[in-house]
Amino acid sequence: MKFTKPILTTMALGLSATTSLADGHMASDMTLVSWGGAYQSSQINAYADPYVAMNPGVTITWDESSAEAVAKLRAMNEAGSITWDVVDVVAADALRLCDEGLAMEIDPDEILAPAPDGTSASDDFGDLLVGDCFIPQIVYSTTFGYRTDMVPAGVEAPNDICDVFDLETYPGMRALEQRPINNVEWALLCDGVAKEDVYDVLATEEGQEQALAKLDTIRDSVIWWSAGADTPQLLADGEVFMGSTYNGRLFAAIEEQGQPIGMMWDAQVFDLDGWIIPEGLSDERLARALDFIYFATDTQRLADQAKYISYGPARLSSAPLVGQHATLGIEMAQHMPTDPANAANTFLYNYEFWADYRDDIDAKFQAWLAQ
Amino acid sequence: MAKKMLIAEKRPDLLRFTMPLTALLAAMFGFVGGNMAAQPMLGALIGALVGCAIAFVAETNLMRRTQVRWGVIAVLAIAGLVFGNVGTAVSGAIIGAVLSWTAYWLATGAYGMTVPIYYTPAQTLWHNTFKFICGLIFFFLVAPLIPVMWLSFNAEDFFTFTPEMLNFQAEGYSLKHYRDFLGTDEWMVPLKNSLIIAPIATIISVTLGTLAAIGLSQSHVPGRQAIMAILISPMIVPLIISATGMFFFYAPLGNWLEATLGLSQSFVGFVKVILAHAVLGIPFVIITVTATLVGFDRSLTRAAASMGANPVTTFFQVQMPLILPGVISGGLFAFITSFDEVVVVLFVGSAQQQTLPWQMFTGLREQISPTILAAATILVIVSIMLLTTVELLRRRSERLRGLSPA
Repeated sequence: MKFTKPILTTMALGLSATTSLADGHMASDMTLVSWGGAYQSSQINAYADPYVAMNPGVTITWDESSAEAVAKLRAMNEAGSITWDVVDVVAADALRLCDEGLAMEIDPDEILAPAPDGTSASDDFGDLLVGDCFIPQIVYSTTFGYRTDMVPAGVEAPNDICDVFDLETYPGMRALEQRPINNVEWALLCDGVAKEDVYDVLATEEGQEQALAKLDTIRDSVIWWSAGADTPQLLADGEVFMGSTYNGRLFAAIEEQGQPIGMMWDAQVFDLDGWIIPEGLSDERLARALDFIYFATDTQRLADQAKYISYGPARLSSAPLVGQHATLGIEMAQHMPTDPANAANTFLYNYEFWADYRDDIDAKFQAWLAQ
Repeated sequence: MAKKMLIAEKRPDLLRFTMPLTALLAAMFGFVGGNMAAQPMLGALIGALVGCAIAFVAETNLMRRTQVRWGVIAVLAIAGLVFGNVGTAVSGAIIGAVLSWTAYWLATGAYGMTVPIYYTPAQTLWHNTFKFICGLIFFFLVAPLIPVMWLSFNAEDFFTFTPEMLNFQAEGYSLKHYRDFLGTDEWMVPLKNSLIIAPIATIISVTLGTLAAIGLSQSHVPGRQAIMAILISPMIVPLIISATGMFFFYAPLGNWLEATLGLSQSFVGFVKVILAHAVLGIPFVIITVTATLVGFDRSLTRAAASMGANPVTTFFQVQMPLILPGVISGGLFAFITSFDEVVVVLFVGSAQQQTLPWQMFTGLREQISPTILAAATILVIVSIMLLTTVELLRRRSERLRGLSPA
């Protein structure tokens, strides 16, 4: 009996030594930053829970601060205390953070898993790897939903982007985002500008005037939204007839909440969302962040996420693996913005254009709103 | 019986007083109701006619007050049911109760019986208008809470009064948002964090605030007013400014605690938030304790000293029991300040210190879920209980100091 205790202690020490070796000195706490809501739940279900199951002892804390990630990372950097380990941001914010040196530059082939068939990560993600810091997760789109029960009798349901501007056939309020991006493109498209010319026209003073003039025609019927949750709420209330928002929000309102809402995919605008790793993490925390990213962005994990939310996985190799919704059991492929039937007419958010013109057009748009 | 006797000797004229005023109130209700059918003017007209009818019935049946009032309530409720649903029927009944009460109040001249007999008509008018304005203020303070509480029992995931809810059907209501609140880590972890941060911050605020108030109430302290102003400043400086300052002040402090003392990031985060909240709570404690000290008889401390008690004993045995109500109400304000605070914690805290208001703030921005309403309802009830405690303590203090006969 005398010897049992030391032996147990030695065994325990040995065990803890092996676990810490296997972890390669990684931090055991990790703070992930995301958007909250259904999107964050899909990340918890597809990435975080399986990761914690594989690595017991790791605690993940979620911070729903992606909306102000740029400002907060700047402040943290200035104060010299980075409390975030992996941050979910839209591609445009990732580019800004990368330019400012707040996000870590990455080599996709080195830190990301190759596809199951051996294709390198950089080929698997392809064009979606914008900038030097961005690790894409999903393709989402900003598109329109409309109240099916408010479509006027004897009229076809709206299926063309210009129906948004057609107050005679489709009277009622619209919800549009309170910023120029997407709205000015749609306005020009419906004012006779060809799709390939939209950004050339927008680059000119007259083009911007033209877009605002087109928006002026429906201005009295617009409620301006600023958070992704606004439009589903306005549609559920019947406050608006149609409104733009992220397609996953509309999916949740239609399929999960059973609201009488229809999708109008015409001229949907694709955008990307993904991870960045903040610059300035300690070695242990960086090791943990990289380990998580490697796991969370592999082909299977990205396909799994599509079981919980209707956003398209960013890897080519994930697309064939997209199956049914985890609880509703409906096929998810047809609800993806990238599905061929939905993507008949699409726009890809033009990062270069908006990086150059955003401040200028933003100012004009806000001045126009205030008139 | 007593109510039926409440008829003034000099009753006002029906056509020149009772009828127009009742009709005016009824027209307002009609305007609001008509708005729902996009016919506000028609609604106001119908309302005015209904008001005239009620005033006439009241005038001609002065002694049958109870029967007439129930009759009006029933007629308007049935009208609501015919033109709408159960919800409009309930509104109709409430409007009927208000209108019939007003009609009798005017017709019997009861409005003039609560004022002194020598009041001129203008003074009587002002007296009643004043009471009406007070009622409106109360209404605008409390009314926004009612839909919040009502919607928290919504069966849907939107801030929407569904037709089932308005019809008072059971399937329109559910406790699922309360289950979400009480059953998920998403809400329980922030609640736990709030319950760690708020009490500790309160204890620190109360200790420091009480000591400061006692010190500042001594007449010999130099620069009393300046010190007081500095201590009160967290209440006056815009919170966003204090928060930014605190963020940059506490960040290096936190780094030092982590690097030099080897404390965990989460622990240091709690220390930072608790200290920041304690600073915000101190002004409330100082103000309430200073107010209590005004009524404190200083000869008691001299009496204690003359009997050989040292200042510490005097404080705990003599002064503290008498100013305790002020200390406790200051503590409650400090607690509520920390418990409701969102700006400072968003800056100073990190995700491990997510408090309840933080979770509500992000939840409201990213997903408009009625779980927030359930949380709000629970918080309102907790706040009401806390304020009731304060009020009871205040009364006890008044009794002890002999300010009110009880």
